[in-house]
Amino acid sequence: MNLSSPLSRIVLGAALVASAQAALAQQQLVPAQSEVQFTARQMGVPLDGHFKKFSAQVAFDPAKLATSKIAFTVDTGSATLGSRETDAELPKPTWFNVPKFPQAQFESTAIKALGGGKFEVAGKLTIKGNAQNVVVPVALTQSGPTTTATGTLPIKRLAFKIGENEWADTSMVADDVTVKFKLALTGVGKL
Amino acid sequence: MTTSATSTATAPRRYTRTAMLLHWVLGFALIGLFGVGIYMTGLPFSPQRLKLYNWHKWAGVTILVLSALRLLWRATHRPPALPSAMADAMPGWQKLAHHGTHGLLYTLFFAVPLIGWAYSSAAGFPIVFLGLWQLPDFVPVSKELAEAIKPWHQITAFAMAGLVLLHVAAALKHHLIDRDGLLARMRPW
Repeated sequence: MNLSSPLSRIVLGAALVASAQAALAQQQLVPAQSEVQFTARQMGVPLDGHFKKFSAQVAFDPAKLATSKIAFTVDTGSATLGSRETDAELPKPTWFNVPKFPQAQFESTAIKALGGGKFEVAGKLTIKGNAQNVVVPVALTQSGPTTTATGTLPIKRLAFKIGENEWADTSMVADDVTVKFKLALTGVGKL
Repeated sequence: MTTSATSTATAPRRYTRTAMLLHWVLGFALIGLFGVGIYMTGLPFSPQRLKLYNWHKWAGVTILVLSALRLLWRATHRPPALPSAMADAMPGWQKLAHHGTHGLLYTLFFAVPLIGWAYSSAAGFPIVFLGLWQLPDFVPVSKELAEAIKPWHQITAFAMAGLVLLHVAAALKHHLIDRDGLLARMRPW
Protein backbone atom coordinates (compact mmCIF):
# COMPACT_ATOMS: atom_id res chain seq x y z
CA MET A 1 0.00 0.00 0.00
CA ASN A 2 1.26 3.43 -0.88
CA LEU A 3 0.97 5.31 2.37
CA SER A 4 1.32 8.65 0.72
CA SER A 5 -1.85 8.30 -1.37
CA PRO A 6 -4.81 10.38 -0.13
CA LEU A 7 -7.05 7.32 0.08
CA SER A 8 -4.67 5.35 2.28
CA ARG A 9 -4.25 8.37 4.54
CA ILE A 10 -8.03 8.50 5.03
CA VAL A 11 -8.14 4.77 5.70
CA LEU A 12 -5.30 5.06 8.19
CA GLY A 13 -6.90 8.10 9.83
CA ALA A 14 -10.23 6.28 10.18
CA ALA A 15 -8.44 3.26 11.66
CA LEU A 16 -6.71 5.47 14.22
CA VAL A 17 -9.98 7.13 15.21
CA ALA A 18 -11.63 3.73 15.49
CA SER A 19 -8.85 2.34 17.66
CA ALA A 20 -8.97 5.42 19.89
CA GLN A 21 -12.70 4.94 20.32
CA ALA A 22 -12.17 1.26 21.04
CA ALA A 23 -9.65 2.19 23.71
CA LEU A 24 -12.15 4.60 25.28
CA ALA A 25 -15.04 2.14 25.14
CA GLN A 26 -13.27 -0.88 26.51
CA GLN A 27 -14.52 -0.42 30.09
CA GLN A 28 -17.05 -3.04 30.98
CA LEU A 29 -19.47 -3.14 33.86
CA VAL A 30 -19.31 -6.32 35.96
CA PRO A 31 -22.97 -6.59 37.06
CA ALA A 32 -22.35 -9.41 39.55
CA GLN A 33 -20.03 -7.16 41.56
CA SER A 34 -22.14 -4.04 41.19
CA GLU A 35 -25.17 -2.73 43.01
CA VAL A 36 -27.55 0.18 42.87
CA GLN A 37 -29.46 0.73 46.08
CA PHE A 38 -31.86 3.35 47.30
CA THR A 39 -33.24 4.29 50.69
CA ALA A 40 -36.55 6.06 51.15
CA ARG A 41 -38.31 6.86 54.40
CA GLN A 42 -41.93 6.12 55.20
CA MET A 43 -43.03 7.80 58.45
CA GLY A 44 -39.42 7.62 59.54
CA VAL A 45 -39.03 3.95 58.65
CA PRO A 46 -36.06 3.37 56.34
CA LEU A 47 -37.06 1.39 53.27
CA ASP A 48 -34.04 -0.16 51.61
CA GLY A 49 -34.42 -1.15 48.00
CA HIS A 50 -32.27 -1.94 45.04
CA PHE A 51 -32.41 -2.35 41.28
CA LYS A 52 -31.67 -5.80 39.94
CA LYS A 53 -30.99 -4.76 36.35
CA PHE A 54 -28.81 -1.93 35.14
CA SER A 55 -26.11 -1.34 32.54
CA ALA A 56 -23.43 1.19 31.81
CA GLN A 57 -21.61 2.50 28.79
CA VAL A 58 -18.34 3.82 30.10
CA ALA A 59 -15.64 5.56 28.12
CA PHE A 60 -13.48 6.75 30.95
CA ASP A 61 -9.83 7.66 30.84
CA PRO A 62 -8.49 9.34 33.97
CA ALA A 63 -5.94 11.10 31.76
CA LYS A 64 -8.54 12.40 29.31
CA LEU A 65 -11.49 13.51 31.40
CA ALA A 66 -12.65 16.03 28.79
CA THR A 67 -13.50 13.25 26.35
CA SER A 68 -14.61 10.71 28.95
CA LYS A 69 -18.25 9.84 29.05
CA ILE A 70 -20.43 7.79 31.33
CA ALA A 71 -23.92 6.67 30.50
CA PHE A 72 -25.88 4.62 32.95
CA THR A 73 -29.25 2.94 32.55
CA VAL A 74 -31.45 1.35 35.20
CA ASP A 75 -34.44 -0.88 34.48
CA THR A 76 -37.13 0.68 36.66
CA GLY A 77 -39.11 -2.56 36.58
CA SER A 78 -36.31 -4.30 38.44
CA ALA A 79 -36.77 -2.21 41.60
CA THR A 80 -37.45 -4.16 44.75
CA LEU A 81 -37.97 -3.30 48.41
CA GLY A 82 -37.85 -6.96 49.36
CA SER A 83 -41.56 -7.18 50.14
CA ARG A 84 -44.19 -8.61 47.82
CA GLU A 85 -46.73 -5.96 48.76
CA THR A 86 -44.51 -2.97 47.98
CA ASP A 87 -42.93 -4.56 44.91
CA ALA A 88 -46.37 -4.91 43.38
CA GLU A 89 -46.85 -1.13 43.76
CA LEU A 90 -43.54 0.18 42.40
CA PRO A 91 -44.25 -0.44 38.67
CA LYS A 92 -47.60 1.36 38.87
CA PRO A 93 -48.12 4.79 37.23
CA THR A 94 -48.05 6.63 40.59
CA TRP A 95 -44.53 5.34 41.28
CA PHE A 96 -42.12 4.38 38.45
CA ASN A 97 -44.74 3.94 35.71
CA VAL A 98 -42.69 1.10 34.26
CA PRO A 99 -44.83 0.44 31.13
CA LYS A 100 -44.33 4.04 29.98
CA PHE A 101 -40.84 4.69 31.40
CA PRO A 102 -39.08 1.31 31.56
CA GLN A 103 -35.66 2.89 32.05
CA ALA A 104 -34.05 5.65 34.05
CA GLN A 105 -30.91 7.22 32.58
CA PHE A 106 -27.88 9.14 33.65
CA GLU A 107 -25.64 10.78 31.09
CA SER A 108 -22.51 12.61 32.07
CA THR A 109 -21.74 16.07 30.71
CA ALA A 110 -18.52 16.88 32.56
CA ILE A 111 -16.12 15.02 34.82
CA LYS A 112 -13.89 16.81 37.29
CA ALA A 113 -11.02 15.20 39.18
CA LEU A 114 -10.78 16.16 42.85
CA GLY A 115 -7.62 14.14 43.49
CA GLY A 116 -7.10 11.00 45.52
CA GLY A 117 -9.32 8.93 43.25
CA LYS A 118 -12.28 11.24 43.80
CA PHE A 119 -14.29 12.74 40.98
CA GLU A 120 -17.33 14.89 40.43
CA VAL A 121 -19.47 13.68 37.58
CA ALA A 122 -21.98 16.25 36.40
CA GLY A 123 -24.76 15.04 34.21
CA LYS A 124 -28.40 14.67 33.46
CA LEU A 125 -30.52 12.23 35.42
CA THR A 126 -33.79 11.27 33.78
CA ILE A 127 -36.38 9.27 35.68
CA LYS A 128 -39.98 8.88 34.58
CA GLY A 129 -39.40 11.38 31.78
CA ASN A 130 -38.27 14.11 34.20
CA ALA A 131 -34.71 15.32 33.73
CA GLN A 132 -32.63 16.98 36.44
CA ASN A 133 -29.04 18.17 36.39
CA VAL A 134 -27.09 16.45 39.13
CA VAL A 135 -23.50 16.28 40.30
CA VAL A 136 -22.53 12.81 41.44
CA PRO A 137 -19.54 12.41 43.74
CA VAL A 138 -17.66 9.26 42.73
CA ALA A 139 -14.74 7.57 44.44
CA LEU A 140 -12.63 5.12 42.48
CA THR A 141 -10.60 2.34 43.96
CA GLN A 142 -8.54 -0.12 41.96
CA SER A 143 -7.76 -3.69 42.79
CA GLY A 144 -6.22 -5.92 40.15
CA PRO A 145 -8.12 -5.54 36.88
CA THR A 146 -11.20 -4.15 38.62
CA THR A 147 -11.97 -0.52 39.27
CA THR A 148 -14.80 0.07 41.70
CA ALA A 149 -16.77 3.29 41.57
CA THR A 150 -18.80 4.12 44.66
CA GLY A 151 -20.93 7.07 45.51
CA THR A 152 -24.06 8.40 47.10
CA LEU A 153 -26.51 10.71 45.41
CA PRO A 154 -29.30 12.34 47.38
CA ILE A 155 -32.31 13.10 45.21
CA LYS A 156 -35.79 14.51 45.71
CA ARG A 157 -38.32 11.93 44.60
CA LEU A 158 -40.99 14.55 43.80
CA ALA A 159 -38.68 16.25 41.29
CA PHE A 160 -39.12 13.05 39.26
CA LYS A 161 -42.79 12.56 40.19
CA ILE A 162 -42.03 9.27 41.94
CA GLY A 163 -45.09 8.89 44.15
CA GLU A 164 -47.95 10.96 42.78
CA ASN A 165 -51.40 11.98 44.01
CA GLU A 166 -52.03 10.63 47.51
CA TRP A 167 -48.40 9.46 47.66
CA ALA A 168 -47.01 12.97 47.09
CA ASP A 169 -47.58 13.64 50.81
CA THR A 170 -44.06 13.93 52.24
CA SER A 171 -45.28 13.36 55.80
CA MET A 172 -46.09 9.83 54.61
CA VAL A 173 -43.10 9.20 52.32
CA ALA A 174 -40.21 11.66 52.66
CA ASP A 175 -39.10 13.64 49.60
CA ASP A 176 -35.46 12.78 50.23
CA VAL A 177 -34.25 9.53 48.72
CA THR A 178 -30.64 8.40 48.88
CA VAL A 179 -29.24 6.48 45.93
CA LYS A 180 -26.11 4.46 46.63
CA PHE A 181 -24.12 2.73 43.96
CA LYS A 182 -21.13 0.44 43.67
CA LEU A 183 -20.07 -0.24 40.09
CA ALA A 184 -17.30 -2.66 39.27
CA LEU A 185 -15.58 -1.88 35.96
CA THR A 186 -12.85 -3.60 34.05
CA GLY A 187 -10.50 -1.94 31.60
CA VAL A 188 -10.08 1.40 33.38
CA GLY A 189 -6.57 2.84 33.00
CA LYS A 190 -4.35 3.28 36.00
CA LEU A 191 -5.39 6.24 38.15
CA MET B 1 -68.24 -7.29 102.90
CA THR B 2 -66.99 -9.82 105.43
CA THR B 3 -63.35 -10.36 106.19
CA SER B 4 -61.93 -13.67 107.17
CA ALA B 5 -60.71 -14.23 110.67
CA THR B 6 -57.23 -14.92 109.36
CA SER B 7 -56.80 -11.66 107.47
CA THR B 8 -55.63 -8.68 109.40
CA ALA B 9 -57.54 -5.42 109.60
CA THR B 10 -55.01 -3.76 107.34
CA ALA B 11 -55.27 -6.31 104.50
CA PRO B 12 -56.15 -4.38 101.32
CA ARG B 13 -59.56 -4.99 99.87
CA ARG B 14 -58.99 -3.10 96.68
CA TYR B 15 -56.29 -2.81 94.09
CA THR B 16 -54.05 0.25 94.36
CA ARG B 17 -54.93 3.37 92.35
CA THR B 18 -51.92 2.76 90.09
CA ALA B 19 -52.99 -0.82 89.44
CA MET B 20 -56.52 0.35 88.63
CA LEU B 21 -55.26 3.06 86.28
CA LEU B 22 -53.02 0.59 84.43
CA HIS B 23 -55.81 -2.00 84.30
CA TRP B 24 -58.38 0.30 82.74
CA VAL B 25 -56.06 2.24 80.43
CA LEU B 26 -54.41 -0.93 79.11
CA GLY B 27 -57.72 -2.79 78.94
CA PHE B 28 -59.28 -0.23 76.63
CA ALA B 29 -56.01 0.29 74.72
CA LEU B 30 -55.75 -3.44 74.00
CA ILE B 31 -59.35 -3.66 72.80
CA GLY B 32 -58.87 -0.57 70.60
CA LEU B 33 -55.61 -1.84 69.14
CA PHE B 34 -57.14 -5.24 68.43
CA GLY B 35 -59.89 -3.47 66.44
CA VAL B 36 -57.36 -1.33 64.55
CA GLY B 37 -55.36 -4.45 63.75
CA ILE B 38 -58.34 -6.21 62.23
CA TYR B 39 -59.41 -3.11 60.30
CA MET B 40 -56.00 -2.18 58.89
CA THR B 41 -55.11 -5.64 57.57
CA GLY B 42 -58.21 -5.52 55.36
CA LEU B 43 -57.29 -2.19 53.75
CA PRO B 44 -55.82 -1.99 50.24
CA PHE B 45 -52.28 -0.61 49.85
CA SER B 46 -52.70 3.09 50.56
CA PRO B 47 -51.26 5.90 52.71
CA GLN B 48 -54.10 5.23 55.18
CA ARG B 49 -53.03 1.59 55.53
CA LEU B 50 -49.38 2.50 56.11
CA LYS B 51 -50.36 5.21 58.59
CA LEU B 52 -52.47 2.78 60.62
CA TYR B 53 -49.73 0.15 60.54
CA ASN B 54 -47.27 2.64 61.99
CA TRP B 55 -49.72 3.88 64.63
CA HIS B 56 -50.50 0.28 65.50
CA LYS B 57 -46.79 -0.43 66.03
CA TRP B 58 -46.25 2.72 68.12
CA ALA B 59 -49.27 1.90 70.27
CA GLY B 60 -48.11 -1.71 70.61
CA VAL B 61 -44.69 -0.62 71.84
CA THR B 62 -46.36 1.78 74.31
CA ILE B 63 -48.55 -1.04 75.61
CA LEU B 64 -45.49 -3.27 75.93
CA VAL B 65 -43.69 -0.69 78.08
CA LEU B 66 -46.79 -0.02 80.21
CA SER B 67 -47.27 -3.78 80.63
CA ALA B 68 -43.72 -4.06 81.93
CA LEU B 69 -44.47 -1.28 84.45
CA ARG B 70 -47.72 -3.04 85.32
CA LEU B 71 -45.95 -6.35 85.94
CA LEU B 72 -43.34 -4.60 88.06
CA TRP B 73 -46.10 -2.87 90.05
CA ARG B 74 -47.96 -6.13 90.50
CA ALA B 75 -44.81 -7.91 91.66
CA THR B 76 -44.14 -5.23 94.26
CA HIS B 77 -47.75 -4.53 95.30
CA ARG B 78 -49.62 -7.67 96.21
CA PRO B 79 -53.15 -7.66 94.84
CA PRO B 80 -55.94 -7.94 97.42
CA ALA B 81 -56.81 -11.50 98.34
CA LEU B 82 -60.24 -12.74 97.32
CA PRO B 83 -62.82 -12.05 100.04
CA SER B 84 -62.92 -15.25 102.10
CA ALA B 85 -66.64 -15.85 101.55
CA MET B 86 -66.01 -15.77 97.83
CA ALA B 87 -62.89 -17.89 98.04
CA ASP B 88 -64.75 -20.47 100.12
CA ALA B 89 -67.66 -20.57 97.68
CA MET B 90 -65.41 -21.03 94.66
CA PRO B 91 -64.92 -24.55 93.33
CA GLY B 92 -61.35 -25.58 92.65
CA TRP B 93 -61.66 -25.33 88.87
CA GLN B 94 -62.79 -21.71 89.15
CA LYS B 95 -59.76 -20.81 91.25
CA LEU B 96 -57.57 -22.50 88.69
CA ALA B 97 -59.34 -20.66 85.86
CA HIS B 98 -59.05 -17.37 87.78
CA HIS B 99 -55.30 -17.64 88.24
CA GLY B 100 -54.75 -19.30 84.86
CA THR B 101 -56.58 -16.55 82.97
CA HIS B 102 -54.61 -13.82 84.70
CA GLY B 103 -51.31 -15.64 84.19
CA LEU B 104 -52.01 -16.25 80.51
CA LEU B 105 -53.17 -12.66 79.99
CA TYR B 106 -49.94 -11.33 81.47
CA THR B 107 -47.94 -13.69 79.25
CA LEU B 108 -49.81 -12.46 76.19
CA PHE B 109 -49.40 -8.77 77.17
CA PHE B 110 -45.75 -9.39 76.31
CA ALA B 111 -45.96 -12.13 73.70
CA VAL B 112 -48.35 -10.35 71.31
CA PRO B 113 -46.41 -7.07 70.95
CA LEU B 114 -43.01 -8.81 70.95
CA ILE B 115 -44.12 -11.15 68.16
CA GLY B 116 -45.49 -8.17 66.23
CA TRP B 117 -42.19 -6.35 66.67
CA ALA B 118 -40.25 -9.44 65.56
CA TYR B 119 -42.44 -9.76 62.47
CA SER B 120 -41.92 -6.11 61.56
CA SER B 121 -38.15 -6.48 61.96
CA ALA B 122 -37.97 -9.74 60.02
CA ALA B 123 -40.02 -8.22 57.19
CA GLY B 124 -37.39 -5.48 56.87
CA PHE B 125 -39.50 -2.69 58.33
CA PRO B 126 -37.90 -1.66 61.62
CA ILE B 127 -40.18 0.16 64.05
CA VAL B 128 -39.46 3.87 64.27
CA PHE B 129 -41.32 5.02 67.37
CA LEU B 130 -43.35 8.16 66.61
CA GLY B 131 -41.36 8.38 63.37
CA LEU B 132 -38.37 9.58 65.40
CA TRP B 133 -36.63 6.76 67.23
CA GLN B 134 -35.65 3.59 65.46
CA LEU B 135 -36.00 0.58 67.73
CA PRO B 136 -33.46 -2.22 67.52
CA ASP B 137 -34.24 -5.41 65.63
CA PHE B 138 -33.90 -8.48 67.82
CA VAL B 139 -34.37 -10.85 64.89
CA PRO B 140 -32.58 -10.71 61.52
CA VAL B 141 -34.24 -9.48 58.33
CA SER B 142 -35.45 -12.65 56.63
CA LYS B 143 -38.40 -13.27 54.35
CA GLU B 144 -38.74 -16.88 55.54
CA LEU B 145 -38.65 -15.86 59.20
CA ALA B 146 -41.20 -13.10 58.56
CA GLU B 147 -43.58 -15.57 56.92
CA ALA B 148 -43.10 -18.01 59.81
CA ILE B 149 -43.79 -15.34 62.45
CA LYS B 150 -46.68 -13.60 60.69
CA PRO B 151 -49.57 -15.92 61.67
CA TRP B 152 -48.47 -15.95 65.33
CA HIS B 153 -49.13 -12.27 65.94
CA GLN B 154 -52.72 -12.88 64.87
CA ILE B 155 -53.08 -16.21 66.71
CA THR B 156 -51.80 -14.80 70.00
CA ALA B 157 -53.89 -11.63 69.59
CA PHE B 158 -57.04 -13.72 69.08
CA ALA B 159 -56.09 -15.88 72.07
CA MET B 160 -55.81 -12.71 74.15
CA ALA B 161 -59.16 -11.47 72.83
CA GLY B 162 -60.73 -14.77 73.88
CA LEU B 163 -59.24 -14.50 77.37
CA VAL B 164 -60.37 -10.88 77.67
CA LEU B 165 -63.91 -12.00 76.83
CA LEU B 166 -63.65 -14.74 79.45
CA HIS B 167 -62.30 -12.22 81.98
CA VAL B 168 -65.14 -9.76 81.30
CA ALA B 169 -67.74 -12.56 81.37
CA ALA B 170 -66.44 -13.78 84.74
CA ALA B 171 -66.43 -10.24 86.17
CA LEU B 172 -70.02 -9.69 84.96
CA LYS B 173 -71.07 -13.05 86.36
CA HIS B 174 -69.76 -12.03 89.79
CA HIS B 175 -71.41 -8.64 89.53
CA LEU B 176 -74.79 -9.55 88.05
CA ILE B 177 -75.41 -13.16 89.08
CA ASP B 178 -73.41 -13.71 92.28
CA ARG B 179 -73.79 -10.02 93.29
CA ASP B 180 -70.74 -10.46 95.51
CA GLY B 181 -69.20 -7.03 95.00
CA LEU B 182 -66.01 -8.45 93.50
CA LEU B 183 -65.85 -5.63 90.93
CA ALA B 184 -65.44 -3.06 93.72
CA ARG B 185 -61.83 -4.21 94.01
CA MET B 186 -61.06 -2.72 90.61
CA ARG B 187 -63.58 0.14 90.57
CA PRO B 188 -61.77 3.48 90.80
CA TRP B 189 -64.59 5.28 92.65
